[in-house]
Amino acid sequence: MERLRQTPSQTVGPFFAYSLTAVQYGYAYDSIANHTLIGPDTPGERIFITGRILDGQGNPVPDAIIEIWQADSEGNYRTAPISAADHDSHEFIGFGRLGTGTQPGAVFRFDTIKPGRVRSGRVRSGRVRSGSVTPGAAPHINITLFMRGSLRALYTRLYFADEAAANEQDSLLAMIPTDRRTTLIATAVQSAAGPGYHLDIHLQGDQETVFFDL
Amino acid sequence: MNSINFDVHPPHLSPEYKSTIFRSPTKPLMIVREHLQDLRMPVFGESVLGKFDNDLTKNARVNGEPIGERIKVAGRVMDDTGRPLSNVLVEIWQANSAGRYIHKAEIHDAPLDPNFLGSGRVLTDSEGRYAFYTIKPGAYPWGNHYNAWRPNHIHFSVLGHQFDQRLVTQMYFPGDPLFAYDPIFQSTPVHARELLIARFSMDWTEPEFALAYEFNIVLNGRYQTPFE
Repeated sequence: MERLRQTPSQTVGPFFAYSLTAVQYGYAYDSIANHTLIGPDTPGERIFITGRILDGQGNPVPDAIIEIWQADSEGNYRTAPISAADHDSHEFIGFGRLGTGTQPGAVFRFDTIKPGRVRSGRVRSGRVRSGSVTPGAAPHINITLFMRGSLRALYTRLYFADEAAANEQDSLLAMIPTDRRTTLIATAVQSAAGPGYHLDIHLQGDQETVFFDL
Repeated sequence: MNSINFDVHPPHLSPEYKSTIFRSPTKPLMIVREHLQDLRMPVFGESVLGKFDNDLTKNARVNGEPIGERIKVAGRVMDDTGRPLSNVLVEIWQANSAGRYIHKAEIHDAPLDPNFLGSGRVLTDSEGRYAFYTIKPGAYPWGNHYNAWRPNHIHFSVLGHQFDQRLVTQMYFPGDPLFAYDPIFQSTPVHARELLIARFSMDWTEPEFALAYEFNIVLNGRYQTPFE
């Protein structure tokens, strides 16, 4: 089969905000996604996700963009095309996008629901389970990072510390050396705003996060 | 044997681009392709598009037209088997014709243009095509090293159909004298740099209106086979 060369990746640079995260940063432009993935009627356990991206000197990165992509509370990924009605009704899509430049300490925070365990092969109400996303996968959130100083996307995942049994059975986690698995596991935190999870992403160092080669 | 080198992406660490030094992973990446290769991405529809989202010469007008050379940029988005990808969300952002970004953290003292924001987005059609109008961006200085200047470029963010079809890149213009001095462009393997440079298109140039550039975008294929 003939194969074309891919378009090379380049850095997102420092000045993405007025396009990719315009509303969050206060620019006169709209946004396709933001830090809130839920509406008033979204089924599932409401949680927040906080964290920081830390560079090799331990400094929080204030000019990164983080995207998350997750299943709903029953473990289904959204596959139906997104329509205007979805925006109006706050239908759960599962895609979030946030820059790290608007909160003190370069903290990111998403408001979402805890995803269910993703299984494979089932079709339900127009939503096809995502192919071979590993059977028995523990609840998780896919993370993609872009930032100045990063020439290509960084992929990782967030798992939940209070899903120890499911994490034990997760085939992706099982591939990762035990001493590095903890870099993907968010710790449970309680706040006035309800239950949440925190995960710091370390670009380098002893606690360097496991990043994926796709 | 295939003599084409498909390794096109820059390394994570490219020390000439100084910001990579403390921001690039130092440990080997985990190869988890089989766990993520079938993960689809959300499909955005027309509802995410504003009226002039594909025309940056119009989408931020306040009291007139933006200043600078009006251009058209168009092309196709496909996977690496050549299959066109429809309904792909292409987002762009850029400096204005004076080389100034509207971003609040920008300190370059070139003028802002009150009629130009520099943001746009477009969805590819059923044959993977996209097109937008904009103003040719200017070069601008940055702090990487003494007398550092970025070549003229337009930033692209592309959301393909699959999780592994997510690309952020930059499109450059043919013949830019700054290529040789730009560590971001130079981070790309030598053989692949041409893939980042748009091609001037006389065919698509619109008489009395705008020069045209063709920039095709090739994303990771869904069904990858190992290479020898």
